[in-house]
Amino acid sequence: MLLRPKTVSRFRPTATPDASILAEHRSVVREINRRGILRGSLTLGALPLLTGCNVSDRDAVQSVLRSVSAFNDAVQAWLFDPNKLARTYDASLVVRPPRFNAYYEIEDVRPIDITSWKLELSGLIAEKAPWTIDQLYAFPEQEIIIKHICVEGWEYIGQWSGPNLRQFLTRVGADMRAKYVVFHGNDDYMESIDMASALHPQTILATKYAGEPIGDPYGYPIRLRTAVKLGYKNPKWLRAIEVTNTYSGGFWEDQGFNWFAGM
Amino acid sequence: MIVMIMSGWKIYNDEVIFGFLHFPDAITLGVWAQHALQWHFFGMWILMLNGLVYLGYGLFSGRFRRMLLPVSPRSIIRDVVAALTFKLDHSDITHYNAVQKAMYIGVILIIIVQVVSGLAIWKPVQFSTLVWLFYDFQGARLAHFIGMALIVGFVIVHVALALLVPKTILAMLTGGPRRSSTSTHL
Repeated sequence: MLLRPKTVSRFRPTATPDASILAEHRSVVREINRRGILRGSLTLGALPLLTGCNVSDRDAVQSVLRSVSAFNDAVQAWLFDPNKLARTYDASLVVRPPRFNAYYEIEDVRPIDITSWKLELSGLIAEKAPWTIDQLYAFPEQEIIIKHICVEGWEYIGQWSGPNLRQFLTRVGADMRAKYVVFHGNDDYMESIDMASALHPQTILATKYAGEPIGDPYGYPIRLRTAVKLGYKNPKWLRAIEVTNTYSGGFWEDQGFNWFAGM
Repeated sequence: MIVMIMSGWKIYNDEVIFGFLHFPDAITLGVWAQHALQWHFFGMWILMLNGLVYLGYGLFSGRFRRMLLPVSPRSIIRDVVAALTFKLDHSDITHYNAVQKAMYIGVILIIIVQVVSGLAIWKPVQFSTLVWLFYDFQGARLAHFIGMALIVGFVIVHVALALLVPKTILAMLTGGPRRSSTSTHL
């Protein structure tokens, strides 16, 4: 479905993979007005004179840069090919244990008490009954050996298995036309991804690493692993999944990182 | 280009390739890495738009062919010797000498490769073929770093030499004097 008739602009792509995301960002794209760009360019021109000052934390500059980042979200959604698979690797290359990463140190991880834990479901989902870990272990398992690439530039190959997210969302009767899937971690870490990426064949709810239940520091009992997003889009220690049409950002996005973060 | 380089240094600092090399905060752009990334992916559009216009104009107007070709190894050696003995002729600045031609062709190609390695790092799954060109993801990162170093090297030499022959600076900004008909067919 096109947002506007094709005759409006020769530069508009003929087919948009996910028109809803473009619609979501339309207001932000509109914000990138002439004045904003001019203001940004002026600041750019002044940069060589201001090497001692941090111009980028000023509100006006931040607002221009965040608008461009939102525009880049739309471009990435347009570039995203739902059938393009990430490269997979041989099991002999798997790094054990996986690399730890969080917004705090490994000593500060709060392990989940599995006896009282359940995976909560909310939002546009028909069957919202929470899932126990045994129910999740009983769900058909998919294994992927993929690279985890961090926005910082490091990477490692990991072997993850667990329910395929598309199959899981189908099973619980989620509205697949919704725009976002939101993940809440036990550590108050929140992340949201676009539905197209959530339905990608290499997006799973990982319960195991290298055939064993995931260790406490790496997201026990369940975490998201998707081959089509940067590392910070893979929240760990999940306690709730929500399907929604409301944009909710995420932990690092609120600090200025790009939301789509697709690979 | 300066935005891309300075924000790139900040992004590099988060996960260095060479343990001994960190860029001081004073010469990087962005308070934290996320701001540097914002600048980088803002500058990306300016670089791309400028690059497309520049390459399009250069190719279709014949300017590249006229100004940058022909260039032979022999003419480069001749002009390097002339430059080192201070005999290089700067009287006609509408005409590039052979060293200039080689350097300009080189930096244009390096910037093109730089854009390709940048796309590979940005979208290693969607543009997996580009990653393959650099062997793997870390190969693309290394290529992007080396490309940056070469461009910085070019900028330093270019600015230093332009300052040595000041009349070229005004010409660069205004478009320079009209070419005389004889100088084009040397």
